[in-house]
Amino acid sequence: MEDTYTIMRVFAGSWGLVFMFLVFVVVILFTLRPGSRKVHQDTANIPFRHDDKPARAPLPGAQDAHLTEARQ
Amino acid sequence: MLQLRDLGSRWNSPGWLESSRYRGTTKGRSMLDYVKLLILGLVAVLAAIAASYARDMIYMIHMILVMVTAAGLFLWQLRRTDEPVPAAVLEAEYMDGPVRVGVALTAFWGVVGFLVGVFIAFQLAFPELNFEWAQGYLNFGRLRPLHTSAVIFAFGGTGLLASSFYVVQRTSAARLWGGGLAWFVLWGYQFFILLAATAYVLGGTQGREYAEPEWYIDLWLTIVWVAYLLLFLGTLLKRKEPHIYVANWFYLSFIVTVAMLHVVNNLAVPVSIFGSRSVSLMSGVQDAMTQWWYGHNAVGFFLTAGFLGMMYYFIPKQAERPVYSYKLSIIHFWALIFLYIWAGPHHLHYTALPDWASTLGMVFSVVLWMPSWGGMINGLMTLSGAWDKLRTDPILRMMVTSVAFYGMSTFEGPMMSIRAVNSLSHYTDWTIGHVHSGALGWNGMITFGMLYYLVPKLWGKERLYSLRMVSWHYWLATIGIVLYAASMWVTGIMEGLMWREVDAQGFLVNSFADTVAAKFPMYVVRGLGGTMFLGGALIMSYNLWMTVRKGAAKADTTVAAPAE
Repeated sequence: MEDTYTIMRVFAGSWGLVFMFLVFVVVILFTLRPGSRKVHQDTANIPFRHDDKPARAPLPGAQDAHLTEARQ
Repeated sequence: MLQLRDLGSRWNSPGWLESSRYRGTTKGRSMLDYVKLLILGLVAVLAAIAASYARDMIYMIHMILVMVTAAGLFLWQLRRTDEPVPAAVLEAEYMDGPVRVGVALTAFWGVVGFLVGVFIAFQLAFPELNFEWAQGYLNFGRLRPLHTSAVIFAFGGTGLLASSFYVVQRTSAARLWGGGLAWFVLWGYQFFILLAATAYVLGGTQGREYAEPEWYIDLWLTIVWVAYLLLFLGTLLKRKEPHIYVANWFYLSFIVTVAMLHVVNNLAVPVSIFGSRSVSLMSGVQDAMTQWWYGHNAVGFFLTAGFLGMMYYFIPKQAERPVYSYKLSIIHFWALIFLYIWAGPHHLHYTALPDWASTLGMVFSVVLWMPSWGGMINGLMTLSGAWDKLRTDPILRMMVTSVAFYGMSTFEGPMMSIRAVNSLSHYTDWTIGHVHSGALGWNGMITFGMLYYLVPKLWGKERLYSLRMVSWHYWLATIGIVLYAASMWVTGIMEGLMWREVDAQGFLVNSFADTVAAKFPMYVVRGLGGTMFLGGALIMSYNLWMTVRKGAAKADTTVAAPAE
């Protein structure tokens, strides 16, 4: 009975809206999760590594190889 | 052809003339060369056929351009086929050739775009500049889209391409993916600009603002853009860093969203495959809504997200400290992504668009205040503890000013999207002033900062040729923008008030010509502001050129160390 537009419109204004909002809230909460500080600090420093040359493959087993490798 | 080859190798090495040492040689890739030859030959022949069947002049000129370009590339490719090619060498090096060419083209397009802008600004003030002999080619109506596309897509777009090539490599610690794909993307995009620009002057337009090029140019851009997406994703996939730095998120969202916007907004049926005209697939208010969904998100994702990618890399680099809050940058990103896409309907207040839709656009625009200012604060606070650098470093000053303009124009924009304000501001020069405080202040200044940072780096120079010239550029540009924006506020609000003024009987007081006459002084001031901005860009171009030609080479030449 109802046309496609109305069905889509009602869905977008109800479940679609709730879904988008939830995804947004989850993303923000995930960003603020406890323990993310270390990861974020490391990531924020990416621009200060590898300025002149690409990194070589990380050494097997080396923890944090990407940090030490090719930092001249 | 020989010249082309020399140019290629010259751009490929930081030392200009010492490229030979990079040229390790291997066989292989010859199969791909034959495929390229086949495609180029086919394109040249098909374009020749299309040109001969052409139903209008623009289409014919474009097909001849395609034919000549494809034939030229065919010959160039032919001379290289089965030659020893530079080895896959270079996994140990970054691919900076396209970045160098892109940086030079960005400066060039900037000067061209600003020059056309200054000219049309004076055309508005002095209509005699719409020369009788050039009617239909160089009158305001033809030059205006040339100006907007030259600054947004040629200057801004090439700057985004070049800087994204640079940033994605440095933050992924990996060479660009896809061999010569970056060259295809860069030159393919320039060819798109050439087609679009020639079309505007000759009157080839589908009449959609910021999406004027006709259907076959749109198809070409789609191909280039998909290649760009693959190039960017491929590089991210082979990154050596465990995380994707936030600047790349912004660049990627810019690439993906522009692809979506471009394809949907340009859905059209060509009248003939041998002609340039097409008819939009949608009609009426749906067509208008699609156009402004595109139009506003072009601002949101081309001029905002893309340039935020620049901000999140180059400001930390120039200030030599990491971004103030990485968490805030992630929240900035997601909030921008979730909100911007809904803001378009604020361009269609008081039209046939349903009220709920324009209210939705208005509400989302106002909510956008928050992430925009979050991002601005994040950019500015990156300098906390290093504010003294602003005294000595005019490049950093330029970048910080650009972020300040980002804040100002993202304050002004939501305000103007409110229906009551819009009833005064819409269709007036206030809108033009708003766009330019964003485009000159935010996009222009951050791009200048990026160019000043990159040129010494890319050509292996110790420093810029002259910091005094940077200061001159900075003040010319800043005062130019202030003159521009202030005169447009005055004239826009005056114009809006004059249009709605009614006398006691309810008759309109002013005719349209009255408002045009009243705007004259402000138009002259705007033209002066634009001239100052152009002058700054010329000084920059000279400074960058001299840096490349005369700058002292960097003492420590780690750049040239071969792979083990």
